[in-house]
Amino acid sequence: MEHLFEAASFTGYVYPNETVFPWGVLIVIYPYLTGLVAGAFTISSLYQVFGVQSLKPVAHFALLSSLCVMLFVPTPLLLHLGHPERAFNAMLTPHVTSAMAMFSYAASFYILLLMTETWFVFREHIVHQAQHLKGIPGLFYRALTLGSYDLSEKAMHYDRKWIYALSAIGIPAACGLHGYVGFLFGSLKSREWWSSDLMPPIFLLSAIVSGTALTIVLYVVACKLRRTTVVLDCLKMMTHVLWGFLIVALVLEGLEFGSLVYKAREGIDVILQFVTGPLLVPFWIMQFSIGAVLPIFILTVMFWRKTTGRNLIIGATVCGILALFEVLMMRTNVVIGGQDISKTGKGLLSFPWVFMGREGIFAAAAVLIAPFILLLGMVRVFPPWGEEPTGREELDFTDPCAPTLAQLMVDRDLSRSEE
Amino acid sequence: MTKKESPGTCHETHDEADRGGCEIARRGFLDQLKCAVAGLAVTAAAYVLPLEGQTALGTEAASIPAIPGYDWSKHRWAYGVDATKCIGCLRCVKACKTENNVALDAHHFRTWVERYVYLDGHEKPLIDSQADPVNIAAAGTEEDYRFANRYNNDDVYKAFFVPKLCNHCTHPACVQVCPTGATFKTMDGVVLIDHNYCIGCQYCVQACPYGARFFDHVRRVTNKCTWCYHRITKGLMPACVEVCPVEARIFGDLDDKESKISQFIKNNRVQVLKPETGNGPNVFYIGLDSEVV
Repeated sequence: MEHLFEAASFTGYVYPNETVFPWGVLIVIYPYLTGLVAGAFTISSLYQVFGVQSLKPVAHFALLSSLCVMLFVPTPLLLHLGHPERAFNAMLTPHVTSAMAMFSYAASFYILLLMTETWFVFREHIVHQAQHLKGIPGLFYRALTLGSYDLSEKAMHYDRKWIYALSAIGIPAACGLHGYVGFLFGSLKSREWWSSDLMPPIFLLSAIVSGTALTIVLYVVACKLRRTTVVLDCLKMMTHVLWGFLIVALVLEGLEFGSLVYKAREGIDVILQFVTGPLLVPFWIMQFSIGAVLPIFILTVMFWRKTTGRNLIIGATVCGILALFEVLMMRTNVVIGGQDISKTGKGLLSFPWVFMGREGIFAAAAVLIAPFILLLGMVRVFPPWGEEPTGREELDFTDPCAPTLAQLMVDRDLSRSEE
Repeated sequence: MTKKESPGTCHETHDEADRGGCEIARRGFLDQLKCAVAGLAVTAAAYVLPLEGQTALGTEAASIPAIPGYDWSKHRWAYGVDATKCIGCLRCVKACKTENNVALDAHHFRTWVERYVYLDGHEKPLIDSQADPVNIAAAGTEEDYRFANRYNNDDVYKAFFVPKLCNHCTHPACVQVCPTGATFKTMDGVVLIDHNYCIGCQYCVQACPYGARFFDHVRRVTNKCTWCYHRITKGLMPACVEVCPVEARIFGDLDDKESKISQFIKNNRVQVLKPETGNGPNVFYIGLDSEVV
């Protein structure tokens, strides 16, 4: 007989049906990806809506990152579903009391919003490319113009109004989207580990942490790859955002755990046995100490010492990676950890980690990496870097006839590939 | 301009008039987009708002074909368990698996039996079910069920069995969370799953506080006890009730005052499991202990 499932081992008493975990690693990746989307969008919106000028160098890049990740958000769910071909049943015939059904609308709306905003943000570039490129690339860009070639000041002003409006709508949408993911877990009264009113804000804040950390890391990596200088003001601003949200997220997580222990409802013995046993390393050491406290400490020291230059870049990148790790561990400890604690309140299960298969670690890793491969392509199609000197070509940006920087990059890439 | 453009596009000339025309065209497009979105929203609202719990399509998808000679508006099914009578023979588990074609392993059960054993001097009971590895070892196979005599050398203070199954709740959390309405509450009080509509997300498995649902790995949908709906709608008893040798399991129609379940509830002080969840379980127990999970 085909091997259909992995059964978990357990201690104490668990219901017989609990020995097969309903949700695995893919459902860890799913809220992680939505979090990255919400966080990266927040960085973009801080510039677009609140006019935080120092974030200008990453505003469009963060938006593009957000879109790339969002396009892959449904993937882990589809891989997880028993019948992915019926996935659209949730939207075609939604069950209105289901948080999951309503979430599919929220997510779809958000994808549309991201795509629309991206179109407006890159419309100028699309039009230029449509006018300059020939062949299939030209056709591609001409299709993307949607017939709109007007780049007059009036039209651009109109575009900017739309970008502002979409960003402004996008902030509550992004917050709602990820708060809602927290609600998907927090609203389940069957599991003590999940059933908390603080779950939505915790998910939301950790989302902003992960998205900001992602933007920091991707920005530094992108600058390295493009051999351009990192704009330190921008990086510094992002580290401030990261530091602030990390602290608030950590406080909220602490409050949630504190109230769970303090209320000490039925089953608390098993929860305490869990957090001091199997969860000791993943929760206290990996998530709490290495993922949260360490980057807060490093960032605090950096702010105190007014670190700048190369040290700032290294410090910010390290803290970004640690924060990304913290949120991934938080998602794991919530999704897997919640199911480790039996609904009986009398037993603990041990999640059977598998590497291969549709719901294995490799599949989850592939889903996690895929958006960034897409991003690698997207930054070539929609260069998000703006009017940024590369230190190679001297450009006169005041000359409207001069090719855009993006055009030069495309040309350069083409000539490189010809070589 | 150096570019070559097809006639009819807005960017052929850059004079003021054309630019204005182009912008109007784009505004027109955006206005049309707004109208289309608004239209879709109204249509969607018309679909969703008049209905309670499900959309018209959801209800249709979740509806079951009419059963000849059966009117579900004339019944209100309920289940009773007399834990003081259960002897832990596990015939109910075997009968359920056979009747409902449930996977013959230790991880998929529509019904199961828990054993609570208080050893002398202990405040908390030792709990196991037929799916415990020790009991499987005693049975010699996962396809047979037995409670091993594992407390042979201990002084047992008290011990009892508790049969478990889906509680077919009045306010089922599993139905609440189902994204498609594939799982639904019938008019006669049974919670069913449309296996041709279930997407297999397992959100309902998570939501059930009783661990009554499981994922059918062959059909890739959720599965659970139906109180043998195919039997009760033909006037038969659920398989587990049918085979119980001590009448620890009672089933019947609450609308019939003389039914066994009505009499069971009338003549006993009954309890439900985890009443604090607010789900309103419809499996009524007597002989429970505070430590029953």
